[in-house]
Amino acid sequence: MSTTVETVIGPAQTMVLNMGPQHPSTHGVLRVILELNGEMVVKAEPIIGYLHTGIEKSCEAKTYSQAITLTDRIDYLAPLSNNLGYCLAVEKILGLEVPKRAQYIRVLLTELTRCASHLVWVGTHAIDLGAMTVFLYSFREREEILKIFEYLSGQRMMTSFFRIGGLALEPPPGWLDKVQRVVDSLPGHIDEYEDLLTKNKIWLGRTQGVGIISAADAIAMGCSGPMLRGSGVAYDVRKAFPYSSYDEFDFNVQTQTAGDCYARYQVRVAEIRESIKIVKQAMQKIPSEGPFRAEVPGIIPPSREEMKTSIEGLIYHFKIFTEGFAPPPGEVYQAIESPRGELGVFVASDGTAKPYRVKFRAPSFVNLQSLPKLAEGRLIADVVACIGTTDIVLGEVDR
Amino acid sequence: MEPQDVDKHPIVHKLREWNAPAVAEVMEFRGEITVVVPREHLLRVAEYLATEPSLRFSFLSDITPVDRFPVEPRFEINYHLVSLDRRERLRLKVKLTGSDPVVHSVTGVWPTANWHERENYDLFGIRFEGHPDLRRILMPDDWEGHPLRKDYPTEGYR
Repeated sequence: MSTTVETVIGPAQTMVLNMGPQHPSTHGVLRVILELNGEMVVKAEPIIGYLHTGIEKSCEAKTYSQAITLTDRIDYLAPLSNNLGYCLAVEKILGLEVPKRAQYIRVLLTELTRCASHLVWVGTHAIDLGAMTVFLYSFREREEILKIFEYLSGQRMMTSFFRIGGLALEPPPGWLDKVQRVVDSLPGHIDEYEDLLTKNKIWLGRTQGVGIISAADAIAMGCSGPMLRGSGVAYDVRKAFPYSSYDEFDFNVQTQTAGDCYARYQVRVAEIRESIKIVKQAMQKIPSEGPFRAEVPGIIPPSREEMKTSIEGLIYHFKIFTEGFAPPPGEVYQAIESPRGELGVFVASDGTAKPYRVKFRAPSFVNLQSLPKLAEGRLIADVVACIGTTDIVLGEVDR
Repeated sequence: MEPQDVDKHPIVHKLREWNAPAVAEVMEFRGEITVVVPREHLLRVAEYLATEPSLRFSFLSDITPVDRFPVEPRFEINYHLVSLDRRERLRLKVKLTGSDPVVHSVTGVWPTANWHERENYDLFGIRFEGHPDLRRILMPDDWEGHPLRKDYPTEGYR
């Protein structure tokens, strides 16, 4: 009689393994309690909260403008998407119209953010599965995008570049040339990554048929973004509920029907290409002249010029930066398509200068919830692939 | 939209036709429709909205409470629903008193509600009846108090 694990400890014996909270493939501090039968995952339970910093509570103690800096730090791989969601929500509660020029620049920058975020994803996910090289390339290209953000706002990552009513600053001259250089070179680089991965036998073996979630399950679990589109549901907030003039752009919602890790990989790579398409259109649309933020006395800060030359400008400047502005009482929910899915911002105003309640519907938080569905019944090595393609950012999960 | 127009909104009309007492109040702000539902009707309204073929609110985006302390009823829970194929959003609102912050869980209708409800239990102390696993999710298990309540200080000692 051969000696196997089953003959020694019996078939019903399982082992509990702690994965994380300090584990490189969790991309932060995620702890997963795994119940294993041999190498098979019987039960997976994500434990979160290690990065909880109470951002929603902090927002309640800040003025509407001050809270923007906190939104950068929720999803630190896509800060501009968070800025946009929050600013749109406050603009909605104010009933404010943002100039078209600012709307197009916002679209351009959030699409570049999507590219940067997906580049980080493709690199780190490949490292998780043992393909080291792609990471080195994708971070090189991401850096080029971050340099654009730095050129515009002075910051690589926590830009806080979108403000209520428009943008923080007039974009410096020549910035579109830098964008042009990135959109010219990026498609070729994506071909390079695809050369390394798309038909790579090991890659296919590690991702195809792994972590399958059906369309019905994905909807029931509230998945959004590439998680949902990888299962064949063409739900994209940019198309379904257009914001910031997205209805004027021509792009396709990328879907795959397999619902496995490979499908989500394909969706994300295709989304980078679609984003480049949108960026190109935005470059055509952005007028070279025009206001970069709305002009609403008492709510939007006046220009430096006006602040220094007119008494009203000085008073408004002082009032906005000391006591803020008070939107009418009410509640709004504004959703945007962040790189990870539907980012919803719920803002409740009680008519004072500070938001009464801000809630960020974080796509990572909701997507992570379906991890047990993806991982259970699979091998322990597949858990890494499943966490990877969920594309979680723990800062956003825990807030 | 004028108040009478809100009442004519097709979803509101349908809900009233189905079960008039399930709609306590209808509000409209910045183009968003909010239907206030009495606590005891929530579960049936949720089931109706999710399964009724002409509505199909199959996607629950978010559940988020607002604490109106010291006003009573203190808690307002907002359920943000999406109908994926009809491209429509709807907000349900349930009001709860501070002395009895209990509402029926909607995990049976939308499984995604599981973590949302755990978060709201954790941060607001609202209990969801019938939830399969109501524990803290973001704060440590031995934490005292519910940080997002308005009577919980933002900084300093409790």
